[in-house]
Amino acid sequence: MESSFYLIQLLNGIQYGFLLFLLASGLTLIFGIMGIINLAHGAFYMIGAYLCYWLTGITGNLFTGILLAIPLSILFGYAVERLAISHLYNRDHLYQVLLTYALILIANELQSIFWGNDVHSVAIPEVLKGSIQLTDNQAYPIYRLFISSACIVLAILMYWVIQKTKLGMTIRAGASNREMVQALGININWLFAIVFSMGATLAALAGMLSAPVNSVYPGIGDNILIISFVVVVIGGIGSIKGAFIGALLIGLADTFGKVLLPEMASMVAYALMAAVLFWRPQGLFGKV
Amino acid sequence: MSDQKKPGISRRDVLKGGAAAAGLVTASSLIPTRFAIGGTAKVKVGILLPYTGTYAKLGTNIKDALQLRIHEAGGKLGGREVEYVNIDSEAAPPKASELTNKLIKKEQVDFLVGPVHSVVGMAMVKIARQADVITVIPNAGANGLTGALCAPNIFRTSFSSYQPGFPAGQAMLEDGHKNVVVMYWNYGFGKETAAAFKASFLAGGGNIVKEIPTPFPKVEFQAYLTEVAALKPDAVFTFYAGGGAVKFVKDYAAAGLHKTIPLYGAGFLTEGVTGAQGEAAEGVRTTLHYADSLDLPANHRFREAFMKATGNQADVYAVQGYDAGDLLVQGMAAVDGDVKAKADMIKAMESATIDSPRGKFTFSKAHNPIQDIYLREVVNGQNQVVRTVQKAVEDPAEGCVIS
Amino acid sequence: MHTVTRPIIIFLCICLVLLLLFPAVGGPFYTELVTKIMILSIFTISLDLLIGFTGLVSFGHAAFFGIGAYLLAILFNEVEHINYWWSLTLTLSLTGLAALVIGWLSIRTSGIYFIMLTLAFAQMCFYFFFESPHFGGDDGIFLANKPEIKFGTHQLIDLENEHHYYYFVLAWLVGVYLFLSMILRAPFGHVLIAIKANEQRVRALGYSTPHYKLVSFVIAGTIAGLAGFLEAAHTSFVTPAYLGWHESGMAIMMVILGGMGTLFGPVIGTFIVVLLQDFLPNFTEHWKLIMGGIIIGVVLFLPNGIAGLIYSISNRFTSSQKEHGREHV
Repeated sequence: MESSFYLIQLLNGIQYGFLLFLLASGLTLIFGIMGIINLAHGAFYMIGAYLCYWLTGITGNLFTGILLAIPLSILFGYAVERLAISHLYNRDHLYQVLLTYALILIANELQSIFWGNDVHSVAIPEVLKGSIQLTDNQAYPIYRLFISSACIVLAILMYWVIQKTKLGMTIRAGASNREMVQALGININWLFAIVFSMGATLAALAGMLSAPVNSVYPGIGDNILIISFVVVVIGGIGSIKGAFIGALLIGLADTFGKVLLPEMASMVAYALMAAVLFWRPQGLFGKV
Repeated sequence: MSDQKKPGISRRDVLKGGAAAAGLVTASSLIPTRFAIGGTAKVKVGILLPYTGTYAKLGTNIKDALQLRIHEAGGKLGGREVEYVNIDSEAAPPKASELTNKLIKKEQVDFLVGPVHSVVGMAMVKIARQADVITVIPNAGANGLTGALCAPNIFRTSFSSYQPGFPAGQAMLEDGHKNVVVMYWNYGFGKETAAAFKASFLAGGGNIVKEIPTPFPKVEFQAYLTEVAALKPDAVFTFYAGGGAVKFVKDYAAAGLHKTIPLYGAGFLTEGVTGAQGEAAEGVRTTLHYADSLDLPANHRFREAFMKATGNQADVYAVQGYDAGDLLVQGMAAVDGDVKAKADMIKAMESATIDSPRGKFTFSKAHNPIQDIYLREVVNGQNQVVRTVQKAVEDPAEGCVIS
Repeated sequence: MHTVTRPIIIFLCICLVLLLLFPAVGGPFYTELVTKIMILSIFTISLDLLIGFTGLVSFGHAAFFGIGAYLLAILFNEVEHINYWWSLTLTLSLTGLAALVIGWLSIRTSGIYFIMLTLAFAQMCFYFFFESPHFGGDDGIFLANKPEIKFGTHQLIDLENEHHYYYFVLAWLVGVYLFLSMILRAPFGHVLIAIKANEQRVRALGYSTPHYKLVSFVIAGTIAGLAGFLEAAHTSFVTPAYLGWHESGMAIMMVILGGMGTLFGPVIGTFIVVLLQDFLPNFTEHWKLIMGGIIIGVVLFLPNGIAGLIYSISNRFTSSQKEHGREHV
């Protein structure tokens, strides 16, 4: 194969990595700051995708669909945190696992009741419809580049919020020392509610952005859950930077695994995670 | 659909079917007839199909069409009222044995209908063989179900994986594609379809440039599509279904490959999903035993009735359910509803001709349909028949010994 | 660990008697269903040893269940007369070996990382069976024959006979329960429980905690393999889905619902979950909605699971000796 082949594969891998980052960022926030193993992450992704499908259908435009779906996702995340998650902060992780597992069951059923079991598509807006010719016969869809740029913008935005703003400082402080934050008079419940709805919204946003590419069908949320956890764990729990690097690593490993080791393609991501944890039991950027 | 259910089951069907129930059920018929004056006992038909999860739509359509056919026959089988016992298979293999047992041992059904998922089918058929319950498979395509696992009491009204796969090789050669890449989900159904395709394609002088199995049920195809672009084959043959089929066809078109490398597949690639695939599906050619637009009186009649009963468009899965219903109607008519006369009933079912919406078909010795396979092309979001590739395709039924 | 008070012993004995009598009244379907539940109970009890006693939350325990099932199917698929004891010994040793390797690699990490690492290994095992061309792939494998339990030439127990198999599995369940309670009463068990409470302190006392954790992991894995073996011999059918993370998650759920750290709690949890799965679909197609609601209810209002509820009831009976009641050892 020519070098252009590998260059395109590199592009594929990075693009997949960006998408994985979007999936994993919300998870690592909730994971790292609140210490909650949120199995319902995939459910938020699914809800985002369906909201996007529904609202884009009503308004006839993807952008307005997403703009309307975001506040709904924030509200939804907030409600889930207040009604269910907030009762469990002083309890063992296991209860959170169980509760968020129950949320998956409920979310999937609600989806089936409200939206049925068909496969639906979401139209790509005219502006983003074209593609760029890469080789004589392969093109790169502009919408994929749009997703990648959206991921980069979000990554920068998150970096800025967490490193440069007061909210970010509070969040970082909350992650390293919960009692200290409380001692400083900051309402930790309020902080957790914000973090949880932020994390849920990031998952939902990932669902919205990929809806036009993936289509929308029952069970889409289940497929992304485990791979998101893998990314978070490789990067180190709670580290946005780690999630970014971890996502790119998995994106590349998966893509080149498919090309070079096709028989083992499914195992590559897990083997990578096992290897990283064997070498650094706390993940690449995790604190001990 | 009518008045023959246990209270719990009927409630569940009403909740489920909505429009389906509205079309066929009158309010009074919902009252359980346990206390009604009945002559003979009811015939129990156990249905094991997925009503939740990825395959939910398939399960619902099969069930609705099956009950539609029996409803058309007066709601009776061999003159006896029918009671349906519906169980959600969840398409979960670890639960398959338990759920099949529930129908056979607890509900003591006279007939089993199901499932959609091949692995569930394996476990189910294994038990049904031992229990000697007449079983009609309305979808699950694993060759083995009417191959090594075949038995006098096991029938299939759908297809074996071999059937859409094998004629595709001939079809692609006829269309002038000699160098082909084969891509499929790396699981039972995909592997069997690809193997059948290769058998006929290689025998006809075709050349497989590369075989690319992709992990099931993952839908990240980008790396593989880049590979296809670099290999520059004449065409690509694929097996994908459901959400994966939507994603694949869209990704394929988005990568611009459809312009230079025609896409072919086993029919499920464009079955029930062309709406979601949109423009990307235009021109995709697939082989299957049915097409929505088949110009046959039986097909027009069926599609109209199904629409009227359920408010939904029929698809190949509904056709298979409808024919399963027809097979039960014919079998029970032959013995006047005497389920004890199993041998006679099986004889009648074996020799039945099903006037299916897909065209008339009969059964092979292994109880799999001998059916025509059509080459279809998506035109304006509809699967249009290009030509009949192969008439009366019969599954080789490897390993099947029916005494 | 909860001390087993007299009311609890009475309760367990009543349960055992009910189980002994059940096949006489249950009918063939429920007899088989309870057999399956008892097999799953052996599996969830073994998980309780890890979660409830050693403090190791394994999210990949189903791997060992699946490995046990697959080993029976793979090693003995061509054999016409499978010797029960021989096949059991071989299956369990190999499952134990797998648990040793995975455990050795996993116990280096702790907390959430341990959860995820066990998940990663389970997923690798899952894909190994799922995509391997040799072991039936996603179609799974059938067992042509069931193991035979013979004494000389006389067949002691006929595994084809549902009643025989029911009592056979019940005997295993009781055996596993007694075996684990014995271990937990021994000094070894006390170390495990202490590790769960405070591993650093145990290490400071001079115990090599990784060794204890590893042994616990291997015991739990081997017992899970036993459950898989029993299931494969029961249904004669093995699929990769047995190793999936859904099964591991379900097992954790059963343990917590029933009450972890009690050994008998997981059995109750398994009974409740499987029976609900059998029962709820009768009412609505969207039964998982109800299931989800029940789980949330238990998490919020019954934090110690059903076993916790039983303990508080039994404590009311023995209020005079309350100090023994729900104390941790």
